[in-house]
Amino acid sequence: MDPMAEIRLTFFQECEEQLAALENGLLSMQEGESDSETVNAVFRAVHSIKGGAGAFRLGALVSFAHVFETALDKVRSGSLVPDADAMKLFLRAADALSDLVSASRDGALGDTAPYISIEEEFNALIGGGTAEEDDLSGLDFQPVVTAFEEPPPPARNAYTIRLRPLRELFAKANEPLALFRELTRLGTFSAHCDIKNLPFLDTFEPEDSYLSWELHLESESPQSAVKEVFDFVEGDCDLAIDLRQPVTETAPLPQEMDITAILRKVREEAPAIAATAAAAAPPQPEAEAAPRNKAAVQPTIRVDLDRVDRLINLVGELVINQAMLTQRVLHSSHVRDREVTSSLEELERLTREIQESVMAIRAQPVRPLFQRMSRIVREVADATAKDVRLRTEGEATEVDKTVVELLADPLTHMIRNAVDHGLESPEQRIAAGKPPEGTVKLAAAHRSGRVIIEVSDDGQGINRPKVLQKAIANGLVPPDAQLSDSEVDNLLFLPGFSTASAVSNISGRGVGMDVVKRSIQALGGRISISSAPGQGSTFTLSLPLTLAVLDGIVVTVDEQVFVIPLTAIVETVKHEPSRIHHMGDHSFVLRVRDVLVPLIDVGAELGVRAPASDLRSGVAILIETANGTRSALLVDNIQDQRQVVIKSLETNYMRVDGIAAATILGDGRVAMILDVDALVGLRHHDWAPAEIPLAKAS
Amino acid sequence: MIEKSATDLTREAEFVAFRAGGLEFCINIMSVREIRGWTPATVIPRAPSYIRGVINLRGVVLPIVDLGVRLGLPGTEPTARHVIIVAQVGERAAGLLVDSVSDILSVEDTSIQPTPDVASNLARTFVRGVIAMDGRMMSVITMDNVLPAGMELEAA
Repeated sequence: MDPMAEIRLTFFQECEEQLAALENGLLSMQEGESDSETVNAVFRAVHSIKGGAGAFRLGALVSFAHVFETALDKVRSGSLVPDADAMKLFLRAADALSDLVSASRDGALGDTAPYISIEEEFNALIGGGTAEEDDLSGLDFQPVVTAFEEPPPPARNAYTIRLRPLRELFAKANEPLALFRELTRLGTFSAHCDIKNLPFLDTFEPEDSYLSWELHLESESPQSAVKEVFDFVEGDCDLAIDLRQPVTETAPLPQEMDITAILRKVREEAPAIAATAAAAAPPQPEAEAAPRNKAAVQPTIRVDLDRVDRLINLVGELVINQAMLTQRVLHSSHVRDREVTSSLEELERLTREIQESVMAIRAQPVRPLFQRMSRIVREVADATAKDVRLRTEGEATEVDKTVVELLADPLTHMIRNAVDHGLESPEQRIAAGKPPEGTVKLAAAHRSGRVIIEVSDDGQGINRPKVLQKAIANGLVPPDAQLSDSEVDNLLFLPGFSTASAVSNISGRGVGMDVVKRSIQALGGRISISSAPGQGSTFTLSLPLTLAVLDGIVVTVDEQVFVIPLTAIVETVKHEPSRIHHMGDHSFVLRVRDVLVPLIDVGAELGVRAPASDLRSGVAILIETANGTRSALLVDNIQDQRQVVIKSLETNYMRVDGIAAATILGDGRVAMILDVDALVGLRHHDWAPAEIPLAKAS
Repeated sequence: MIEKSATDLTREAEFVAFRAGGLEFCINIMSVREIRGWTPATVIPRAPSYIRGVINLRGVVLPIVDLGVRLGLPGTEPTARHVIIVAQVGERAAGLLVDSVSDILSVEDTSIQPTPDVASNLARTFVRGVIAMDGRMMSVITMDNVLPAGMELEAA
């Protein structure tokens, strides 16, 4: 990749972070947190995007960000009160900015009309915005600690700024000229360059920095605004900003000196300059204040996912090895040495701790995901003319990165459903005695080693008669079926089911809840639904913390060990020969209560043993596949239920039908994890799913 | 096929010599990652007969190829004295189950002869050439086709 493209890529990556910070800040402001810290963070995010976009000549992005920034600046300075309407505009602008960033990245700037219309709204807002002194108390921007009292605006402040860039400043592709340009926008500006430190050519280092400047600025802006200009070069220069009357005596311009004079002067002044530099180098009070503002942003590093995954693999291996070691030591020594035992226990504790910490590297808070959902809510609410508020809870809950990424689609769909189908129109809500504004709640929490995500709404609840009617019409259940409430609710997850009688363009995108369910199951998760008529519905997702491990039961088939994922298992069934019916051609069915399900001999199906003509021994495990059909798997024995680490079989071998992956058991041996869906599909692809009367399933 | 070096300098390569199915073979040391003793493998369902299964190599699931069976020679009933040569096959790794590893040879390019035309198709698939030195004759095994054919397609 050429260096420029790489920098560009980094810029867009950073944009993502800035956009997240922006949305986060705006949402806090909407909740009423309009302190200067929050407003500043929002402003900084837009400002950074604008700055970067300028460097890449992304004109549309720069101009939009500029208008946005101007409006935010008004809020910051207190001349614009961010009321509810303004906040809505800001949020829409944040969405638009996000679109614009994506469009700029892909080089596909489409219709710019939406951006222009937002720009116009901004202009109207800024023009019409009136500052009400009374309301400003909470918004008034407090400048960071200064050593001088600030005269009240509009008195012009005179600043003397001493700037000595270090070589790092130039190394980071910043340059003083850009800073000066920024300063000229603040007021009357003049600069004096000091070339005293300039060496002779023979000792001249092209990449070093020798120049320093004394800058004079007369401006109405507070000191913090001046300081902000230097935000990007902080730490890369010696900087002193003094607010005072202009210095009267100006050092004679060095350009007027001849070389010998310069030399003499440098010799004379060298100690003095060093002293000045030393004086400037220690952080000034205001220089200290700025990092404190940023302390809220945790320092992060970017690491290749591959490296993290390698580490996770190694630690997984360490855990297995540690278990084997413990087992062997304890078995081999006749004498129970207490010190050895306690060392081994300590080792085990440390290994577990390392494993947890390493897993935590991949863990990410669900916050960005939830923030994306707030945008979905806004869009769908606009399109359906509903008044909706999204409440989020537990945004700090951490889940594996891949889980977070793969959750986006199903969650989007569920949120759309909740707003489009779940919530009533404002009129209907008022008629039902509810507040006109509907609420969709998105909550995440850790519960017994899993992540629980709830999507709930306070809408009308599931219209069960309608669902049942629809299911009957689609031939999903027999017309005379008597279903319990929860059975009716679960009909929503059947393939080819859609409640919207007229397919709306919001939810009806050809994706049903069955797809949601399938993607959740693919993540090793489960989904359940509860609903109360008139009060709303709740979808609950239960997900594993990581995709690297899976809960399963360990079974044996013909002395081979296999693992069946727990998510697929409904129950284990008492195995009685009288319940088994041979259908011929090595096909069997098992009667589970009043329902007949296909009985699959795992050993024969996987070819580890010849098909038996009768299945007298073993344990049957009732499983449910992703499409909702049930089958029973026959195995010899159930050994254990445990968490296993998922290992790819495809890395060094290839995909095997009926096998999802491999894992390594505590004794260090490899075991296969069964792909239940494929296993059922292998033999029973010609079985229609409707052969099981759902009505009697309970 | 081995091409004779056009330059005057003869290039030397190192080979690991081993026995499988009662015959002597060798493999370029550059494709060998390690050599370890036999540990029981877990059977892979529906695998070809020459795949003995998979083992756990420090957290990596490694398929084991019974080289003798793969070459159409009598199969091996592995014991603790059998050896697995862990070899790199492109992006993948595989273990070769062999009877024993005998030595490491330094061989000049010029002493590797192309596989004779009489060789069977099977031999051509796995044998890159023949080394004749010190009264021994060894086939040089190439790893390219040792794992099941069409694997990439199926894996996709």
